[in-house]
Amino acid sequence: MINSSDPVLAAINTDDAEAMARLHDQLAVAAEVDRLLDVAYRTVDSPLGTLLLAATDQGLVRVAYDREDHDQVLQALCNQISPRILRAPRRLDQVARQFAEYFAGERRDFVLPLDFRLAHGFRRAVLGHLGLINYGHTETYAEVAAATGRARAVRAVGTACATNPLPVVVPCHRVLRSDGKLGGYIGGLEAKAALLSLESGGTIDRNILSR
Amino acid sequence: MKRPFEEIVAEHGPTVLRVCRAVLARPDADDAWSETFLAALRAYPDLADNANIEAWLVTIAHRKAIDLLRAESRRAAPVAVAGTRLAVGGWEPSDGDLWAALGALPTKQRQAVAYHHVAGLPYAEVAALVGGSTDAARRAAHDGIRALRRRYLNSATVPPQKES
Repeated sequence: MINSSDPVLAAINTDDAEAMARLHDQLAVAAEVDRLLDVAYRTVDSPLGTLLLAATDQGLVRVAYDREDHDQVLQALCNQISPRILRAPRRLDQVARQFAEYFAGERRDFVLPLDFRLAHGFRRAVLGHLGLINYGHTETYAEVAAATGRARAVRAVGTACATNPLPVVVPCHRVLRSDGKLGGYIGGLEAKAALLSLESGGTIDRNILSR
Repeated sequence: MKRPFEEIVAEHGPTVLRVCRAVLARPDADDAWSETFLAALRAYPDLADNANIEAWLVTIAHRKAIDLLRAESRRAAPVAVAGTRLAVGGWEPSDGDLWAALGALPTKQRQAVAYHHVAGLPYAEVAALVGGSTDAARRAAHDGIRALRRRYLNSATVPPQKES
């Protein structure tokens, strides 16, 4: 019913963006207090582009690269976990700090509560093993398959890595093909190479993904 | 398919805030917005997928606003009836202030203006919210807008118009 030709209606229908921002942040805090915030999320800038971080009250549940399309990722979280989703940075302060430290080369391990509810069965078992591969080390898909007790399930290990809901934190980038090639990566091969370079003492070229 | 609640806040939050501010004086209006969206967040998983979300939010906001009006009329001196909310809660009307002009309207006119001209509800739905007939709702909105024009536009300070 906005009728911009009528100054009264135009005035009533003028938005107050500053108040909206304040009220949104207050809502996020109140939702947390009332235990209504099933999924909190924020984004962080990284050398590998903008990362989406999402957490339940159990812990970090999703890390997503830009190329996954953050709107689609949030919609998937809505469908799989709960529609009670708000941009609420506070719950992710510690996560964001550890990501910044990691990309600065100052952190080798993420020390965070993780929520693995988006991974099931064998994939969940693979992710559990990935957490044991140390910073700066790599394993092959075949080695990971053997370590999880299903030596022939090499392709399934590849799928588990490709669908890892917590890339970077659960280091699927440390898994390579037996011939030494990179294999695949949810964030793209440039990102995988960049992470491996970072972990071998290098730094990440900020322009690596800008092509 | 439900969308993340964040999208609901982004899409409808500004409209609901304007509705709250048309119906209530600040800071009550902002409190009503907060209570509306917290209640909506609580109920959202059970909302029908094909529900009209804005009408749903406005209905919640209407109830929250009534709660706040009642609480205020209990707090205020007995002379302050619910229909007039002049200068309560530290809110000072002044000439040329649209919100002051709104505050001088009877509650029903403010509600009719807010729900029809801000939220875009048809008069039948406005009537369902505020009570009375569809015609009465239309009249209340009409009278409200006419009074606003008189009080607000007669003052010299008309802010720049917003493009729709």
